Amino acid sequence: MTTVSQGQGGAADTSEGAQELAPREAVAAAELLRESGAVLRMSEASVSELAGQVSEDETMIINMGPQHPSTHGVLRLMLELEGETVLRSKPVIGYLHTGMEKTGEQLTYMQGGTNVTRMDYASPFFNELVFSLATEALLDVEVPPRATWIRMLMCELNRISSHCLFMATNGMDLGAVSMMIYGWRERESLLAFFEKVTGLRMNNNYIRPGGVAADLPDGWREDVLTILEDLPPRLAEYDVLMTGQPIWRDRTQGLGVMTPAEAIALGATGPILRSTGLAWDLRRTMPYLAYDQVEFDIVVGTTGDVFDRYAIRLNEIRESIRIVHQILDLMPKGDYRVQDPKVTPPPRARIDESMEALIHHFKLFTEGFKVPEGEVYVAVESPRGELGCYLVADGSARPYRMHIRGPSFVNLQSLPHMLQGGMVADAIAIISSVDPIMGEVDR
Amino acid sequence: MGDPLQGGDPIFIGGIDFGVVALVVLKVLIGFTFVMVGVIFMIWFERKLIADMQNRIGPNRAGKWGLLQTLADGIKLIFKEDLMPNKADRLVFRLAPYLTVAPAFLTFTIVPIGGLFGTGENGTIEVFGYRTFVQVADPPIGVLFLLAMSSVAVYGVMLAGWSSGSKYPLLGSVRASAQMVSYEAALGLSVVAVVLLTGSLSTHDIVSAQSGGFADWNIWRTGVVPFLVFCIAATAELNRPPFDLVEAEQELVGGFHTEYSSMRFGMFYLAEFMNTITMSAIIVTLFLGGPDGPSLFGPDIIWPTIWFMGKLFIFLFTFVWLRATLPRFRYDQLMDLGWKRLIPLSLAWLLVIGAIRIADDEGWNVALVIGISLASCVVGALALVGASRAGRIRRRAEEALR
Repeated sequence: MTTVSQGQGGAADTSEGAQELAPREAVAAAELLRESGAVLRMSEASVSELAGQVSEDETMIINMGPQHPSTHGVLRLMLELEGETVLRSKPVIGYLHTGMEKTGEQLTYMQGGTNVTRMDYASPFFNELVFSLATEALLDVEVPPRATWIRMLMCELNRISSHCLFMATNGMDLGAVSMMIYGWRERESLLAFFEKVTGLRMNNNYIRPGGVAADLPDGWREDVLTILEDLPPRLAEYDVLMTGQPIWRDRTQGLGVMTPAEAIALGATGPILRSTGLAWDLRRTMPYLAYDQVEFDIVVGTTGDVFDRYAIRLNEIRESIRIVHQILDLMPKGDYRVQDPKVTPPPRARIDESMEALIHHFKLFTEGFKVPEGEVYVAVESPRGELGCYLVADGSARPYRMHIRGPSFVNLQSLPHMLQGGMVADAIAIISSVDPIMGEVDR
Repeated sequence: MGDPLQGGDPIFIGGIDFGVVALVVLKVLIGFTFVMVGVIFMIWFERKLIADMQNRIGPNRAGKWGLLQTLADGIKLIFKEDLMPNKADRLVFRLAPYLTVAPAFLTFTIVPIGGLFGTGENGTIEVFGYRTFVQVADPPIGVLFLLAMSSVAVYGVMLAGWSSGSKYPLLGSVRASAQMVSYEAALGLSVVAVVLLTGSLSTHDIVSAQSGGFADWNIWRTGVVPFLVFCIAATAELNRPPFDLVEAEQELVGGFHTEYSSMRFGMFYLAEFMNTITMSAIIVTLFLGGPDGPSLFGPDIIWPTIWFMGKLFIFLFTFVWLRATLPRFRYDQLMDLGWKRLIPLSLAWLLVIGAIRIADDEGWNVALVIGISLASCVVGALALVGASRAGRIRRRAEEALR
């Protein structure tokens, strides 16, 4: 039952084969150590002992995904089960690979936003933001203050909507199906606002190098205030439905525990790292945009379990609401993008009057703007963790190399460690608590 | 079958002739139709209600307010291609759905759904010159039959998962057998309290014994605890949330019925809702006086059925409500709840009720007996807590050694 099919068109014959979870006998001790989720915890000796303890007949290797209701898209997990207990696990990724990083090299900096926004589709603004910040760093342009504050506004609202989505999926994964609809309802009001501002609900391509695509529409302040007023009572409902629920607590507490050292060793960021008690939030530790001018608290956990990660996200929604209130007060007037004709296309009306404007417009949209040679790494705190963009420019209008450090991708590697020793139901809860977005994992 | 007051359907008193057979067949048909129509509306009701609770609209295309949705789904399922996995055990795979549906039907036959109790009629009605109970059958071993049928239903689920030749269904069926077997113990123990008070296993007698009015209902006479235990155990037996680990879409895709399609899947679906109705009816029968209730106006004979339906409805609503609200238990937590809480609780309660009965019969001091039995229960509970704590510590120690 547990043998990997060979020579019959099975996965072992494909490039995917190497990724698969092999039976115990076929795995070297060092590999087993890694697959058993040993990070700074198990010695090789204890693993070989473990290998001897479990006989092949008592275990079953089971595929969870890529078609599985709770693997958040197309994550595939291979689990070695003894009864319902997970002994080893291995995430297999690549099912949503669309070559976005490579595509980014074919697109101009102007077009790049449309590409990156599709990576983490639950928080598109952050992708656009990090790409724009990287491009601007290479260009060495200063965006006008209003653009910065609009970016902050949209990003914080996006953080709320992303966390609402997490609330929805997390509730659903643990069997509280109503929570799914509630989370989506809250997210919907935010998406409606995004649509009003950017014209699209997702994949907005709103934050662009040099500023944002358009100024905020009339009545935006009222819309945001309505959203901010609606949210807190609903978050209180979440508390009733989940936080204080005994079954919920039993299902989430003490599960998938990580220590700060383990989290750092595995490169985990975002709520996973903060759940271990480490107050690492790029908005505070390496401020970008104007986060040093707003007041907010970093929510940290104590035990680093699934419940902590849930509670952190719930409270981050509250913190984001607090930030957005301050943004509403502090939003400056002025330009919403750089007034540099080499970077920013002229307004539509100018094209009819000015030959120069027409030329700029044409040049910008056909070959884009040239970016001086150099390389840069910029990171922002996305709802999932450190979202970084590494850009190498060769002086042309297209990046020579673009690499995105997707927090979902890095966080995924902590899965085998957290899953070990839990049950199948725990595995679902833990995957859910990592909140991976496969578009970002595979890029 | 003797004196009607001694149990047994009076329809058989005058011997069995063609009319009796025809009437029994008619009763079976009516019972069948009742459950089937009930299922159709239960599915609609559940979907509509949960949609309301979740801020959705729910089915609203087929028929007025989507009332025909279930029918449309059923037709779709019948016409779908029937798939069978290569590795499936063909015979068992085919058999399993029937093993789930049949017990659901059969259990309903012992439920009295009408008839005036506590009067001279003793829960009978007059049809075509025959007097009969308003239930399909009243076997003298009614409660045992209930337990037997719920055990058979385990086979359906277990065999379905095992015969699929697939891993997720296998996990589902392992969960199913463990869960249903262990909760059956709690279920049985809480029923024993009712049987002890009634002195009969016949459902008709159980209802008769509660016919004295609200205060005579078994829920009060047994002291609420067996009722609560029964409700929880019944929810687990039904595999309904929060105990739906057997299906657990988010974990096991569909659990035992992952590999089923077409009408075979339809039958599991049907059985699930049928069981919900049947179990609610059983709860009403055992603890809430069945069709017992005052006649308000109009002909007396319709009121028992109305009361029965009303009580049934409360439980159907509650089941949907639970589904909309609660997260799912984990396998080990479920077992803990079953073995460490429900079974000891119902055992202890049974002891107390038994002691009171004997004290009554023998003329002992009831207060003293209650005190002593409660004290022994507390001692037992402490011993249990101690044992489970010691076990946990030992297990931790073993794990640490690893």
